[in-house]
Amino acid sequence: MSQLDALLGTWEPVIGLEVHVQLATKSKAFSPSAVKFGADPNSLTDPLVLGMPGTLPAFNRGALALALKLGVATGSKIRARARFARKHYFYPDLPKGYQISQYDEPLCEDGTLEIIHTGVVRKIKLQRIHLEEDAGKNMHVGAVSHVDLNRAGVPLVEVVSAPEMHGAEEAAEFMRSLHRLVRWLDISEADMEKGQMRCDANVSVRRRGEDRLGTRTELKNINSFKFVHHAIEHEIVRQIRQLERGERIVQETRLWDADAGTSQPMRSKETAEDYRYFPDPDLPPLVVDGGMMSGTLRGMPELPVARFDRYVRAGIQPDDARTLVGERALAEYFDETVKAHPGEQSGRVIANWILGELLGALNAASLGIDASPMPPSRMSELVKLVEDGTISGKIGKEVFEESFKTGEAPAAIVDRRGVQQISDEAALWEIIEEVVGANPHQVQGYQAGKDGLFGFFVGQVMKRTGGRANPVITSDLLHKRLGR
Amino acid sequence: MTHWLSASETAAHIASGELTAASAVDALLGRIASVDGELGAFLAMDPRAHDAAAEIDRRRAAGEPQGPLAGVPIALKDNLVTRGVATTAASKMLDGWIPPYDATVVDKLRAAGAIIVGKLNCDEFAMGSSTENSAFKRTRNPWDAARVPGGSSGGSAAAVAAGLCAGALGTDTGGSIRQPAAFCGVVGLKPTYGRVSRWGAIAFASSLDQIGPLTRTVEDAALMLEVIAGLDPRDETSIDAPVPRYRDALTGDVAGLRVGIPHEYYEGAIDADVRGALERAKAVLVERGAEVVDITLPHTQHALPAYYIVAPAEASSNLARYDGIRFGHAATDAKSLQDRYMRSRAAFGTEVKRRIMLGTYALRSGYYEAYYKKAQQIRTLIKRDFDKAFQHVDVVLTPTTPTPAFAFGAKATPIEMYQADVFTLACNLAGLPGISVPCGLSGDGLPIGAQLLGKPLDEATILRTAHVIEKVLGIGHPKGLA
Repeated sequence: MSQLDALLGTWEPVIGLEVHVQLATKSKAFSPSAVKFGADPNSLTDPLVLGMPGTLPAFNRGALALALKLGVATGSKIRARARFARKHYFYPDLPKGYQISQYDEPLCEDGTLEIIHTGVVRKIKLQRIHLEEDAGKNMHVGAVSHVDLNRAGVPLVEVVSAPEMHGAEEAAEFMRSLHRLVRWLDISEADMEKGQMRCDANVSVRRRGEDRLGTRTELKNINSFKFVHHAIEHEIVRQIRQLERGERIVQETRLWDADAGTSQPMRSKETAEDYRYFPDPDLPPLVVDGGMMSGTLRGMPELPVARFDRYVRAGIQPDDARTLVGERALAEYFDETVKAHPGEQSGRVIANWILGELLGALNAASLGIDASPMPPSRMSELVKLVEDGTISGKIGKEVFEESFKTGEAPAAIVDRRGVQQISDEAALWEIIEEVVGANPHQVQGYQAGKDGLFGFFVGQVMKRTGGRANPVITSDLLHKRLGR
Repeated sequence: MTHWLSASETAAHIASGELTAASAVDALLGRIASVDGELGAFLAMDPRAHDAAAEIDRRRAAGEPQGPLAGVPIALKDNLVTRGVATTAASKMLDGWIPPYDATVVDKLRAAGAIIVGKLNCDEFAMGSSTENSAFKRTRNPWDAARVPGGSSGGSAAAVAAGLCAGALGTDTGGSIRQPAAFCGVVGLKPTYGRVSRWGAIAFASSLDQIGPLTRTVEDAALMLEVIAGLDPRDETSIDAPVPRYRDALTGDVAGLRVGIPHEYYEGAIDADVRGALERAKAVLVERGAEVVDITLPHTQHALPAYYIVAPAEASSNLARYDGIRFGHAATDAKSLQDRYMRSRAAFGTEVKRRIMLGTYALRSGYYEAYYKKAQQIRTLIKRDFDKAFQHVDVVLTPTTPTPAFAFGAKATPIEMYQADVFTLACNLAGLPGISVPCGLSGDGLPIGAQLLGKPLDEATILRTAHVIEKVLGIGHPKGLA
């Protein structure tokens, strides 16, 4: 039992997450500058992004379409007339002195994010999903600070969960599930390394059985899945320790320092800023009409957790099912392969081939599933050849490798190489007779009780057939011939 | 003597070849050089004006198509952004800022062939009613140099009245076009909110600001509105409605027109000369067949307090961008980021600081409901007053201001100054079109303006009505100016 586990006997952590996800639009939320990662500093700007006098925001409707997808996919209530609000604070990376966000009239409320935690589906309530613009970035070089405004004005959704997660791993799973969902819906690449998905966590602890929430702290700057887990676990332990020493928790914002593996206070509630929210008078209400809603619903694909359920019901192991739905293209690949080769057990078998051979080969070649040189049709052709006994599983792997490398069809490889499995009993019996005749000592030994020698005979048959002997029939016939 | 030609006349003379654009512009630049030292209307000249005029003449000679303002010299209030020409909004905060882009209205004026001659003085960030809040200079009233030209578009009104441009653009947040137009004896039109794109108008109060023309004739106001109005994808508050040929509305016919007289605008401290002039304006309309209808706008008294919550609140937000980081004035000796903000923003003038503080207070967490939201509710009530009134009348006639132009320094307290706008604020709060047209002179020889308010997007009717008043009660040019 770990140190934390011992503490968790008495204490219950409560976690809520605020996740920012950049929307994959071509241009910024309110102006025509391009959205691109890694461009030269301040190359993606225009008068509005620079906050110049006289500029006005014009909302990029593409961002609304993407946010709506997430709203619908999470079963959120979509507001027919949402509003943008201005959130004010002074910082060099915020050129207008305010961020265009949403306040009391957000686009989406009361949704759920389904997460797959310890093999089962769990629903986490979402308080809201709202649209806003990203800020730029401050960079400190020695005593000098630079501002890069390329990121300023990039459209974001902020997803706010209810405080109803109870462990760092569950919170990390929330992040993974959201990451999977936004990628699934083509809303965002959500690359945390590139800052396309970022997480702030609200953490508190209370004694088990207690209804009231404890005083919370907000952790900022958590920018990898690993850190989500580390930072939250660290904060849980810190708070429990403090409470056990009889100290109080101060409501404050803390900055996670990944290098030090610890967090530092940023500002306390007493000095917290007043953002002076008010509806942005430059932007009329954001109207979501029936046409947009039905269009979004029509375009909604089967979602990852629904697909996970379907796979598990079809008999696929939950871990495998979860891997298959990890990426939409992978699940599509799987479904297409199964569709080309329907059958009672096909799902499981095909899952094994895809998760074992195919992903292995793709990884080795640093390719994504989208770029697989072996399309689903070839994959199903290969599985069929193994399943109907044309080739053995072992030969199947060889054929897979060759088809993956050359792009040649599996059936063509089998024909060309003449590696069809020998299932003809008469032919195999003849070969077994030869093996028995050539190895009298081993026959004697086996019959005297050395069971381990059975494998030797199988091996000899395989050797003489170039590995093509059907192993099941071979084994049956050997038992018959050797009398045991 | 081409400087007294109206914009329409100037365009016609240039189109017919009686006048070249270059000579008109050059003559005007000469006049500005001799007159404006004393008047103080201009903050900056556009050095490209002569070349732009020569290009108009070249196009005419080549028989190329010309816009309706081809060769007409126009000047702009300095809170309208002009590419390559310093734009300061009369604030030290923007001293030396050269914008990299043009306001939509500037694009449209250029496309119509107008020659931008320069930038005009105003109250800092359009906050004021006398142009005394300019950080740079005092602008005098062309009718009486001891008096203010009004504000905040005081430079625009003075330049048009003094014949230093054929027409000008101003902005009107609570009367900033109509009030100086009245003080300087010119026509000032505030269009319906959203009629003209605000892209490139340096924001004061976004839900109230609107750009409009100041001209010597109603016809010119109609012509300029035709040029600058219309939907603009860069301004989401601009209205998608066809732009009529407003000049066609100037028929001289007001027979059957129902003119609303709201008693709330005729009570209290109104100058006797102003009362008299408004009576004459009313009589002119009645003589020509208009019907006068007494109406009530019961929430009028709340317009001023509501305005002084909404406008400062939005201003405190809009002016947050002046932080000394990217453009404009920056403190160079700051010791920390906070210090840099404090020192840089110290460059704002007193009135701007006052409004930022008022607005910041009104938007504080926990105060929003009691102030900004309540003020917005009052706005809705004021708008409903007008909606009801416009079921019975076509236009509303009021004085533009309670008094003619006052002397420099006459308004000792901010509240006194704010009350100079008491008749013009409701129009902005309700988003309506409003026009001020001269309707007489006071005993001291100062211009008096009549204000006409119309239904949303019905600029045509207030222009038609103003045109009739102008024909009968027009006051000519300031005495003592050749």
